[in-house]
Amino acid sequence: MEFILQPWPWYIAGPLITLVMFFLFFFGKKFGVSSNLETICAIGGAGNLVDFFKFDWKKNAWNLTFIAGTILGGYLSYAYLTPDETVAISTKTIQDLSELGFQNAGARYLPNEIFSIETMFSLKGFLILIGAGFLVGFGSRYAGGCTSGHAIVGLSNLELPSLISVIGFFIGGLIMTWLLLPLIF
Amino acid sequence: MKNIKFLFIGILFGIVLSKAEVISWYRIYEMFKFQSFHMYGIIGSAVMTGMVLFYFFNKGSIKTYVGDKIEIEPKKKGFSRNIIGGTIFGLGWALAGACPGPMFILLGRGVAAIVVVIIGSLMGAFLYHALKSKLPH
Repeated sequence: MEFILQPWPWYIAGPLITLVMFFLFFFGKKFGVSSNLETICAIGGAGNLVDFFKFDWKKNAWNLTFIAGTILGGYLSYAYLTPDETVAISTKTIQDLSELGFQNAGARYLPNEIFSIETMFSLKGFLILIGAGFLVGFGSRYAGGCTSGHAIVGLSNLELPSLISVIGFFIGGLIMTWLLLPLIF
Repeated sequence: MKNIKFLFIGILFGIVLSKAEVISWYRIYEMFKFQSFHMYGIIGSAVMTGMVLFYFFNKGSIKTYVGDKIEIEPKKKGFSRNIIGGTIFGLGWALAGACPGPMFILLGRGVAAIVVVIIGSLMGAFLYHALKSKLPH
């Protein structure tokens, strides 16, 4: 039990992600989270505005059930499996974040500077959250996949489009982390 | 009810990404700062084991539970869509510290602010399809 309550190392998590992928393919489906965004848009009536969303969303009900499971999994791990939310980041990372104005970096899973309720209700904080989400949603559907569909499935299947996408993920991620975060915070 | 198994697979995924701290904004930040091996280890070991799995899928020696060959839908070809879309996604991934899976997992952990991120992502997915005829692919 003690081992379960500790943060899990990478060599446990990586193969377990592959196990999740195995189950999904074994049951005749696929592994891709961001396509659910389109399904939710379709349920919300986006088909009235854009024809693409007129597809029969019920065929993706299994994937929404999967998403419901991830929400439940997040709750279960929060409620029962994570006694300590400290994230063991390096002193260099803590120092870099402190220069950006992030206090107590790594004390909990998420920084208050982005995710606290006060930040959410400030204009700048709200714009950061909605803008970040917008980029994730727009970019993942433009590229036709996110970390699951491209980085895990696509690379595992030696797909060139996925390699190009993952290179894009890193171009964007490096620009944000090295150039834009210091301007934003 | 036939979908109930996907609920359990989702629970497993949610717990794994939570316990390995993949859902932590800090883990994404340190990855893009090259200050830790953790995220590279996770994605790398998932891809390595995934390659072995897909080898058996493509060979046909692992089939679905009803005995069909497992077909992996090929990704859409095109340079612009993947590099531009990927870069836009990466900007958001590093800012939110979360990709789509972790966004929903964080929702389960009761993080209220992630609702705003999820709404933003739905707006983004919607707008992409509204504009896609005008975008390079």
